[in-house]
Amino acid sequence: MYSQRFIDSIVGLFLLLAFFALTLLAFKVSGLTTLFPTQTYTVTAAFDDIGGLKVRSPVKIGGVQVGEVSQIDLDPITFKAIVYMKIADQFNDIPDDSSASILTAGLLGDNYISITPMYSKTFLKKGSEIQFTTSAMILEKLIGQFIYRLGNNDNKGDEHAAQ
Amino acid sequence: MISRIALLGAYGIQSLQQLGQAGILLYRVVFFPPNVKKGFPLLLQQIYAEGVLSLLIILVSSLFIGMVLALQGYHTLAKFGASQQLGPLVALSVARELGPVVTAILFAGRAGSALTAEIGLMKATDQLSSMEMMAVDPLRRVISPRFWGGFISLPLLTLIFNITAIYGAYLVGVRWLGLDSGIFWSNMQSSVDFRADIVNGIIKSFVFGIAVTWIAVTQGYYATPTSAGIASATTRSVVYASLAVLGLDFVLTAMMIGDW
Repeated sequence: MYSQRFIDSIVGLFLLLAFFALTLLAFKVSGLTTLFPTQTYTVTAAFDDIGGLKVRSPVKIGGVQVGEVSQIDLDPITFKAIVYMKIADQFNDIPDDSSASILTAGLLGDNYISITPMYSKTFLKKGSEIQFTTSAMILEKLIGQFIYRLGNNDNKGDEHAAQ
Repeated sequence: MISRIALLGAYGIQSLQQLGQAGILLYRVVFFPPNVKKGFPLLLQQIYAEGVLSLLIILVSSLFIGMVLALQGYHTLAKFGASQQLGPLVALSVARELGPVVTAILFAGRAGSALTAEIGLMKATDQLSSMEMMAVDPLRRVISPRFWGGFISLPLLTLIFNITAIYGAYLVGVRWLGLDSGIFWSNMQSSVDFRADIVNGIIKSFVFGIAVTWIAVTQGYYATPTSAGIASATTRSVVYASLAVLGLDFVLTAMMIGDW
């Protein structure tokens, strides 16, 4: 049997290892917000249709993530979706006439917001709203329109054939 | 005919009696806390024997389980063009199910059987009775540290299992099959929730810890004090513990998914 002191230290190491594993699980695997959150400012944008956008979806400029969606509300009067985005403070020079569009990563991937910068000399700041927005492309709607059009063409073809 | 029915009844009463004995044992272990100053070194020795010494088998098996999961998952997901979802697949299945369950079953085989055999042999060689003769309560000196040691060790082992399995999946998915490391981790982070997935897995492993060590300790303490008795008690300990883990896992999952 080993000495009690040796066993104590080995058990201590074991506990440390387990807590290290827990921290990794929390921060690396489940993406719990970090202990030291980066400074951010919140801007809003109103969309007609946000598709599958969720809280914590990424906000990107040119494919680089600059922030994330922090909250999604419904405007009770216009029935538009109001999306709150947290953008990291280091990106504080985004022109305020930029446009925001909801895109999809891959054919069936998750939705994200892409901001396309424009040329204004004034910048987005805390609480400002992005005016120009493009809604999400809903695959089902597109397919529906496509089939509808296809059906119409067929009918026309039939009519021509009948004549 | 009547004697057959009587036999069945006797068997039922016997099983009930065993369950009652096991319940009393658990009650005495849980509600008669050991002397902190004397019990703590004993507890640490048991965490060493049950937790630290199980570390090797847990590390190796979790690494391979993660790697196999990634390999299988990759080839299935690639058929649907969704191989970027490998991270969530592995992390969710490991954190929710495989981690707690496989760790508990390995623990039952590695530490539970050893507990049963040790306690059974102590009983067979009259060590427990001699302790009582010396006014040392064998429950506090022998059973209680072993129970609490297992109860503490199993969740810690589960945490280590989870992280090693995910690292194994990272090795296969990113290093070997060439997935993008950023996509692997960020997809995992966006779909794994700390409270709903990881904490629930840890809760499961606490329940399994109680079940496995309770069964192991009871089988040892009430083993028939012969060589054959200890052998069958050890077998029963592992079989019952594995069955209890799998059954409890279903109940717990149903409760967690049903938002009880």
